[in-house]
Amino acid sequence: MMPFSPKPLAPLSTRPWGLSKMHRISLNGLDLVPDLSGALFVPEFKTLLIADLHLEKASNMAKRGVHLPPYDTRASLIQLEAVITQARPEQLIFLGDSFHDDEARTRIADEDLVRLRAITESAATIWITGNHDPHPPTDIGGRIADKAVLGGVTLRHEPKQLGPDEFEIAGHLHPGGAVSQRGKRIHCKCFVGNTARLIMPAFGSFTGGLSISAMPFRGLFTEKDSHAWMLGQRAIFKFPARRVR
Amino acid sequence: MSALPQKFHDWFTSRGWSPRTHQLAILDHAKAGKSALLISPTGGGKTLAGFLPSLVELSQPHERNGIHTLYISPLKALAVDIARNLEAPVREMALPITIETRTGDTPHSKRKRQREHPPDILITTPEQVSLLIADAGAAHMLRHLKSVILDELHSLVTSKRGVLLSLALSRVQGFAPAARRIGLSATVADPEALQSWLAPVGQPPVPLVLGQAGAAPRIRILKSAENVPWSGHSSRYAIDEVYEEIDRAKMTLIFVNTRSQAEMAFQWLWEANEAHLPIALHHGSLDVGQRRKVEAAMAAGKLRAVVCTSTLDLGIDWGDVDLVIHMGAPKGSSRLLQRIGRSNHRLDSPSEALLVPSNRFEVLECEAALQAAKENTQDTEYPAVLKLDVLAQHILGRACAEPFDADEFFAEVTRAWTYRNLTREDFDAAVDYVATGGYALRSYEKYAKLKRRVDGLWRLTHPLIAQQYRLNMGTIVEAEMLKVRIASVKRRLGKRVVTGGRSLGELEEWFLSQLSIGDTFLFAGEVLRFEGLDEFGALATRAHGSDPMVPSYQGGKFPLSTYLATRVREILSSPAKWHTLPQQVQDWLSAQRRNSVVPQAHQMLAETFPRAEKHYLVCYPFEGRLAQQTLGMLLTRRLERWGAQPLGFSASEYALVIWTVRDLSLMISSGKLSLEKLFDEDMLGDDLEAWLAESNLMKRTFRNAAIIAGLIERRWPGKEKTGRQVTVNSDLIYDVLRSHQPGHILLRAAWDDAAEGLIDIHRLGFLLKRIKGQIVHRALDTVSPLAVPVLLEIARESIYGEAHDALLAEAAGALVNEAMGLV
Repeated sequence: MMPFSPKPLAPLSTRPWGLSKMHRISLNGLDLVPDLSGALFVPEFKTLLIADLHLEKASNMAKRGVHLPPYDTRASLIQLEAVITQARPEQLIFLGDSFHDDEARTRIADEDLVRLRAITESAATIWITGNHDPHPPTDIGGRIADKAVLGGVTLRHEPKQLGPDEFEIAGHLHPGGAVSQRGKRIHCKCFVGNTARLIMPAFGSFTGGLSISAMPFRGLFTEKDSHAWMLGQRAIFKFPARRVR
Repeated sequence: MSALPQKFHDWFTSRGWSPRTHQLAILDHAKAGKSALLISPTGGGKTLAGFLPSLVELSQPHERNGIHTLYISPLKALAVDIARNLEAPVREMALPITIETRTGDTPHSKRKRQREHPPDILITTPEQVSLLIADAGAAHMLRHLKSVILDELHSLVTSKRGVLLSLALSRVQGFAPAARRIGLSATVADPEALQSWLAPVGQPPVPLVLGQAGAAPRIRILKSAENVPWSGHSSRYAIDEVYEEIDRAKMTLIFVNTRSQAEMAFQWLWEANEAHLPIALHHGSLDVGQRRKVEAAMAAGKLRAVVCTSTLDLGIDWGDVDLVIHMGAPKGSSRLLQRIGRSNHRLDSPSEALLVPSNRFEVLECEAALQAAKENTQDTEYPAVLKLDVLAQHILGRACAEPFDADEFFAEVTRAWTYRNLTREDFDAAVDYVATGGYALRSYEKYAKLKRRVDGLWRLTHPLIAQQYRLNMGTIVEAEMLKVRIASVKRRLGKRVVTGGRSLGELEEWFLSQLSIGDTFLFAGEVLRFEGLDEFGALATRAHGSDPMVPSYQGGKFPLSTYLATRVREILSSPAKWHTLPQQVQDWLSAQRRNSVVPQAHQMLAETFPRAEKHYLVCYPFEGRLAQQTLGMLLTRRLERWGAQPLGFSASEYALVIWTVRDLSLMISSGKLSLEKLFDEDMLGDDLEAWLAESNLMKRTFRNAAIIAGLIERRWPGKEKTGRQVTVNSDLIYDVLRSHQPGHILLRAAWDDAAEGLIDIHRLGFLLKRIKGQIVHRALDTVSPLAVPVLLEIARESIYGEAHDALLAEAAGALVNEAMGLV
């Protein structure tokens, strides 16, 4: 009765990727290039930023009897490899919650561990700690820090109260939202930021988006001065933050 | 004469009744230890026929050592009414019979008592049967079972609910092998399928008993003095005429096809209601208490009309209805007949029905339905079979009761007619899925839900899993709903303080989430002002705003049945039969004949024409919106590849329109485009693959399977509200699974569902086969009369496919960037 049977998708990358040719985000004069995958490239320092990988999230949930596909780590790393191949960074900085929990290292499959080590060997790597991974593994290459500074901009996991002339790029909040058009709602992850702060979308394959109109974003931005860069399927689209719900 | 004891004869006589032939026939079958299927129109004493053998058997003094009769109905609301109706004969004949109900609302203490002291007759729902057998005490309750009565079987068997129930019945049969099954059903297209459904595999189909047919219904189509609209689904043009009909009748049921239409029709009737007739509204999203009130008012004869959806398709009689009005086309002959059957339950006098087509194509469809109903032709769907997600749910439930042996369990499952073709390989895959997720990467062995122990039996690894099962079981997957409550607004210190009050019902979350505070919308028959969300749902106040938004719902749209579609094509193709149609419709079709062509019944017409600097292809498959939507997705992909530069498409129930940049008439006449090739069946190969990979409809289909199979849990103990926050978005799961394990059992389950339902590939396949070599093409200078309705729909629906990025680009005002191919 079924006219067809499932076949694998051609590339194993599950989501689109590619550095934006259209959009530049500027923070304290630092030029930032968003990637369709949710990564952020800083050309001046040849540095690639990645937030909230949440590796081994599925196996963490499996402990509670929720058997999600155990391929999330693999999918995230393959995605990351694709971005790295295109951007060719000399430095990689992960903005925390790279691992879903402190025991994640013990659950990573050997094949994925090989992938991960190859990635950290390809560029100088910094693992910024997050609330999910206060103690990232030490045997996978790279060094651990609680924050980093790049061109006068602080990189950290959770956004902080900023003083005048302070700038930051953070993760943690998994920004996303929906735009309504012609009676349809299109949901995407997004970057959200103003002239002082940029929050990056979660990169991990099993991470979702929290609407930037939700509580945790209030106090960080006023709707007037902020923008959202929505990650579409083939392109990034910039909106005033108030258009995104 | 028959098996009916004197006491029962006397009771019938005291009521002024005599037992009907079909009631006695069921009794005879039961006496002979046989199951049976009773097919009878409503009002034939069907429920009593089902219960009669049990009442007779239980009228003898008996030991109370378990449930004697299990009565299963799809409607929870019915349980109480059925119990009450049954208590009358029991009381009047002073029979020593205990009757109890068990539904989702039954308190824990009563369930416990029922386990310890089971009643003679238990009245319940399919889900409750599955829960019952997922308990270790099931054997004790069911081992003396003599009878299972399945009410509204025709409606159950076509859904996954019926599939789950069939598995539960197979288990029940294990406890009580001699128990009979009595199926009660409305008239169906294929009674043999139901007869087989009822019999365990290996036994002959159960015998069929036919109830007395009622008098033929009197059905009219509204001959409106108004202009019948070209498109749309509102029937507003006829509202004054509908109101006059209501005014003439004693009690009218007004059926519409969707909840949105119910809200609108109710609003318009209210505006037309000069005589202040008591008219009420009834649909599935309204608060249960409110629905019960409407039903009670109907039964008490306090209402003159009720606007309703399929929520009143089933069930017992709520009042003395003498007219059924169907606003919009009924979409199927059987659906129409069942709805008409809601009126006039005296079998000897005919039911009255009025069809109100909401547009010109629906005039044809109503005419087709009327003819089919006159001939009493049925077009019900074939029973659903072999759903792997349902099987997975059943396996977990089975393990919750007690450890199982895989061989014995497989034998039990395949005794259900619905799973007779299940392979051992698939069964084992389903067990493996329940145990550890069924992944090639075997990393979850240590987190297994089921483990095979040394004794060879599969058992649960933790009792908490059984609790999870009980919270999440069931096969009805609804969109996320939020309660809507009437709020009171007070001013405190200059601030508006909004407090929630009485619940009006539930709306889909996605609709509510796009409202801004102050927006007005139509719900529960009122214009409401949105006041925001709190932790319990949405808050709203009564308002008088004009032009309120009308909530739309994802479900509840029936596609045109294949049978009616065929008849519509026949009517269209034979001008000799047009004289029964309203003059304005005849004029419309005659114009089509002059300006283009009216296709033969076996042909499909395709027209191409330019209009406003675009080029259009309109075709008329008459295969329902869902299948044609899928066709639209696939055709635009092909046209894109072949250089026609399609810009969008829109599908109606009858036609499909695609608009392009390139001149299609020219492409066809110059041989650059072949319609035969465009509509070739091979689109069901790679094109379908590629589209499904990213289709939102496919993702929604997968989500349903994942929820039923328990991969995504709806509820967590003590965390009912935040269920969706503790899980991962099903779209992400779909993407990852499809990339890394495309043969996974849940993807196969979703694929299988895609054949029907939202994507309806099955029907699309039939269409493509049917029109092979039968496409009639006309290149026109301008739009044809037949094409006008679907072109008008474009403006109304304004949805073209799943154009995710296109809509974003439009919203961002970045169309130029898109066109330049810049990322």
